[in-house]
Order: sequence, then structure tokens, then C-alpha cells
Amino acid sequence: MSDKELPVNVLLNNLGLFGQAFLGTIELFVVAAIGSLIGGLLLAAMRVSPVPVLRSFGTVYVNTVRNTPLTLVFFFFAFAYPRLEIASLSFFTRACAALIMYTSAFVCEVVRSGINTVPVGQAEASRALGFTFTQTLSEIVLPQAVRAVIPPLTNIEIALLKNTTIAAGFSVFEAGSVYQTLSERGYNVLVGLLWVAAGFVILVIPLTAFQQRLEHSWSVAR
Amino acid sequence: MTAVLYDTPGPKARLRNAGSGVVGTLLILALLGFVVYRLAATGQFDGSVWTWIQYQAIQVLLLRSLAATVTAFAVAALLSMLFGAVFAIGRMSDYRWINRPATVVVELFRAVPLLILIFILYFGVSRGLGVNISTFWALVLGLMLYNGSVLAEIFRAGVNSLPRGQREAAVALGMRKTQVMLHVLLPQGLRAMLPTIVSQLVVTLKDTALGFLILYPELLYQARYLGSQGQLGLPILPVGMVVAALYIAMCLLLSALANYLDRRTRRSKKRVDIDPTSTARAQNEVLVAQSQGGGGAAI
Repeated sequence: MSDKELPVNVLLNNLGLFGQAFLGTIELFVVAAIGSLIGGLLLAAMRVSPVPVLRSFGTVYVNTVRNTPLTLVFFFFAFAYPRLEIASLSFFTRACAALIMYTSAFVCEVVRSGINTVPVGQAEASRALGFTFTQTLSEIVLPQAVRAVIPPLTNIEIALLKNTTIAAGFSVFEAGSVYQTLSERGYNVLVGLLWVAAGFVILVIPLTAFQQRLEHSWSVAR
Repeated sequence: MTAVLYDTPGPKARLRNAGSGVVGTLLILALLGFVVYRLAATGQFDGSVWTWIQYQAIQVLLLRSLAATVTAFAVAALLSMLFGAVFAIGRMSDYRWINRPATVVVELFRAVPLLILIFILYFGVSRGLGVNISTFWALVLGLMLYNGSVLAEIFRAGVNSLPRGQREAAVALGMRKTQVMLHVLLPQGLRAMLPTIVSQLVVTLKDTALGFLILYPELLYQARYLGSQGQLGLPILPVGMVVAALYIAMCLLLSALANYLDRRTRRSKKRVDIDPTSTARAQNEVLVAQSQGGGGAAI
């Protein structure tokens, strides 16, 4: 067995490549996660607002995005966006925009269903006490809803982490795209890809453990 | 109920709501208007970039790629249901040597991103092992492994949501373990989970778009190909719009079916009382699966 075929060597000889790729993955994940949280909260606020126009816009957006393949969103940002000649953005920015647009809809759904788990009496009681809409939301409903929201929200963000691989299909600098470089360097692509898969499992496990701990400790409270 | 959050608006609140409604509408219209303006300004609505839609050869090409998408979806849906049923039964088996491996398989394939799975099947296995797998089978098998694992969890949640008495009664009648599962538990569990299963099929349909990345000739691949044709005026945006409409329409139809089944299941009198927490868990599973274009739910 030559040096290049040993499974461990595929990883060790290309440690820089793997490191750089996973750093790209994490960078994309962090930016998109923060963006999608903000976007999702805005959308959720629209969907629970007393203004019918905003509510229906939120509903239409969420239902459309839930039925759109992420690959299609990426397709538009990768190939169609430059044709619009609005402003030239780097691929990284466009990938972030695609992920944020997509994930926001799911964050919104989770937040909204979390708000729905709060018993009606809670809001009614707070209104009877003279709380305003903002006060009801921020002092009574949201603190309770957060408990129901955080575990599935973590799941959505874990899914986002895996979705970053699709960016790899469209460009480079990302863990999913390692195979191209490996193949150019003459290493075994299968082993390289298996290492990438293992890397994702390693990234996902601590997040999942965190999520399960939250679910365990927070679900008892109510 | 979102109305929980606010009282029936009085005259002041109605005025305020109307005000924010107008501002909101204007903002949304401005955003949409800007996109349409950019589309028009860059000539995407010109007749010249839409001529392709008249060519019969291109219409046939698009229909063929639509068929390719639907075929991949149908085969993947069928295989993943089989895979899901087998591994759900495996995971619920009383024998440790069956349920342990089944658990590992289900958890593993839900943890690895679907795209990586497809790449492993396509690039990895063909170049690494020399076994040639066509783009179709790489896509379908990848979809089967991932969606099958999610479906296995949904089937299991369905069976677990049944009242304990069902199993106990079946055992009391002298049925064997296999009979209890196949004749009593699984049919009822499937019935309870039918809307959730169809929602998961929407995810499968969405994920067939990943075939684009390994150059399986489905809709997006054809859109890219047609969009790069100079003599048609590089119509990537027009073709993209048509393809997007096709994809979204297909998914919306399936989603509508899921909603219809959900309403019907709720109304049905035949249904045994099922445990709502298991159902909620399974629905969460699907929402998470939906949120990815090519990943897996949490372990």
C-alpha cells in the first residue's frame, strides 16, 4: 500500500486543506445562523402581529420557502443574481444570503409554534392586569415560549450546519468541496469524503448533546 | 392562536394598525418593485430571451427533465418507505443484535449531510472503488438512505403513539411478535402518521434538486444548460423562473395533500386515541428535515 492510499495519510497529509475547508464551513454557519435568527424573529413578529397585511405576507413567504428546494435558492444566487447587476457580491456573501433567506422561514415556524404553546390564560391574565401588547409579549409570553422554542431551534441550526455543504457544490472553500482538490492531488477520494463525513458528525455531536441537555432540563419546568 | 396576544382592537389601535399596515405594504411593495425593476432594467422581460419557450425541442427537453425529476422522486420515495419500514421494525425489535445495528444505521444516516452521502456514492465509490454508479442511482440511493432513516423514526413514533392496550390485546390473543407488529401496530401507526409521512415526501421531492450538483439531468441541470446557450440570449433567469415555478408547484401540491390528510385524520372517528407528544415529536422531525436542502436531523 503506497503512502497516498493509507486512510490516515489522506487526512494527515492534507490537514491544511481539511482545516481550511472546515473553517470555511464554520464561518458560513456562524454568519448564516445569526442572520437567520434575526430574520426568523422578524418574520415571526410579522406572523403574530395584529396587522393583516404583514401577517399574510409572513404566511406566504414561509409557505413558499418551505416548498422550495434549497438548491434552487442557491441556483438563483449563484447564477441569476449576477445578471441583475445590482451590486457585485462575493460568493461567500451570496451563499450567506441564500442560507439566511431559507433558514429564516423555519426559524419563524419554530418561534411561532413556540408562542402557540403558551396557554391562552397567560396572555389574558396579563391583559386583564393592564399590560400592553409589547409588555405581554416580552414579559409574559416570550419568556415561557423560549422553553418550547430552544430545542427545535437548535435542531434547525444543526440542519443549517449541514446545509452549508450545498454551498460547496456551487463553489470552493468549504468542507464539502475537499474532494475536488484531493482528486487533483491524487489521493483516494472515497477516503477523503469519509473523513469529511466524520468531520460533520464530530461537529454535530456536541451541538446535539447541548440540544438534548436543554430539552431535558427545560421541558420539566412547565 | 395568535389572537391570544392582543385584545380586540379599539378605535385607537385600529388606526395604529392601519397605519403600520400601510407602511408595511409600502415597504414590501418597494422591495418587490425593486426586484421587478432590476429584472426589467437588465432586459429579462424582453421577448428575445423568452423565444426558447416556443421551440418544440426545448419543450420536450424540459418535459423530459421534469420526468427525470419525478422518476427520481418516485423511486426514492418507494425505496425510502421500504428502508424506513425495515429499519423501524428493526429498531423496535426485542433482539439486541437486531435493534442495536438498526439504531446505529438510522442515527448515522441522519447525521451525515445528504449531499456528502450523494458525493460519497457518486465520486467516492466510483473513483475510490472503481464501481460505477450512475448519477440516477447515486441520487436515489442517497435519498433512500437519508429519507428512509427519517421515515424509520416517523414510523417508530407512530407505533409508540398507540395506546399500550393494542399490543397487550394482540399478545393476549396469542399472536406472535411479528404478527403483533405487522397486523396490529404498524397499520395503525402508519395511519396515524400518514400526514407526517407525506410531509416527509415533500422533503424527498425538494432534495431531488441536489441531483443538479452531480449533473443528473433534472430540471435545474436543464435550466443551467439552456441558460448558457448564447443563441437563445443566455436566458438563465427566464428558464430559472419557469423551473422554479414547476418545483414549487409540485411541492405545494404534495403539501396540500399532506394538509388534507391531516384534516381528515383529525376528523376520523375510526382512529384510536394517540399520544400527542409522539406525534409532535415526529412533526418536529419533519420540520427539521424540511429545513435542509441536504442534511440530516440531529442524532
